[in-house]
Amino acid sequence: MTEKTTPLWEVFIRSRTGMAHRHCGSVHAGDAEMALQAARDVYTRRGEGLSIWVVPSAEIIASDPAQKDEMFEPTASKIYRHPTFYEIPEEVGNM
Amino acid sequence: MTSDLFTYTLRLADDAAILGQRLGEWCGHAPTLEEDIGLANVALDHIGQARNLYSYAGEVEGAGRDEDQLCFLRKEREFGNCLLVEQPNGDFAQTIARQLFFSAFMLPFWRKLTGSRDETLAAIAAKAEKEAAYHLRHSGEWTIRLGDGTAESRARMQDAIDLLWPYTGELFEVDGVVERLVADGIAVDPETIRDEWHATLRRVCDEATLTLPPVGWMQSGGRSGRHSESFGHLLSEMQYMQRAYPGMRW
Repeated sequence: MTEKTTPLWEVFIRSRTGMAHRHCGSVHAGDAEMALQAARDVYTRRGEGLSIWVVPSAEIIASDPAQKDEMFEPTASKIYRHPTFYEIPEEVGNM
Repeated sequence: MTSDLFTYTLRLADDAAILGQRLGEWCGHAPTLEEDIGLANVALDHIGQARNLYSYAGEVEGAGRDEDQLCFLRKEREFGNCLLVEQPNGDFAQTIARQLFFSAFMLPFWRKLTGSRDETLAAIAAKAEKEAAYHLRHSGEWTIRLGDGTAESRARMQDAIDLLWPYTGELFEVDGVVERLVADGIAVDPETIRDEWHATLRRVCDEATLTLPPVGWMQSGGRSGRHSESFGHLLSEMQYMQRAYPGMRW
């Protein structure tokens, strides 16, 4: 009953100092507007955030842990792909 | 004059404190975890407003009473809160209706009070206005969800509105205290916000498919210390600690 009328939403918050929205948890709510309200109350009580995104959990597609090797192994074994050998000029700023 | 300002500030403080106390009763009992935290948030906003107002009232009175003494050591007949805020929580719909009626009034009220000639009241109002805007949004959205929800939730929301409606008249009462302070540019003339209050409720109720009762006979007495039956019980619970351990601090 609760699951049907108040589905799960994932909450992403961009903090005052943050560059990007970070996943911080989930809430149950009847619709998007109420999910935003609940997220505000549950996750930004002490002024943690400046911007909130809510996404129906059902809309999120996750990678399959069983495919871990083929998805992530190649990048780990080819270290020349990693941009750690380069000096990043100051002017570039945050990457 | 000083005594008018004291009475006026104290009434506002009592409104906020008593509503905060009622909302606090929900803690751990709200319909969902999210709403439990939401109601606690609203309760704490009111308690914060009450603290500011009690402190200022104590200052204006100049008799050495602080916020704790004003909130926890006065008797039932000395409280000047409106009857609306002391009404029992009832079911969730009743709590939401009470909040909707009150917040729809307080948002324009605080906004006008920011223009008060009394600088402290104006400053308190500036802070409270933002909170009231959120409370109105919260209770308005819930009224719509419940009214436009199941047959059961709709019936309960309508019952709650009908039940609490007679307590809204008091929000607009003007006695000598208010009249004199309005003339001095200190208090808000409630008549100037009646239209906005009514328009807000109409908009919410229309969207919620609910009916606003006609203006009819209204309850009265809270401002002069004549309260409803459950108020004494509320006070005995709220004031227990300070009365059992006089002078304790929080």
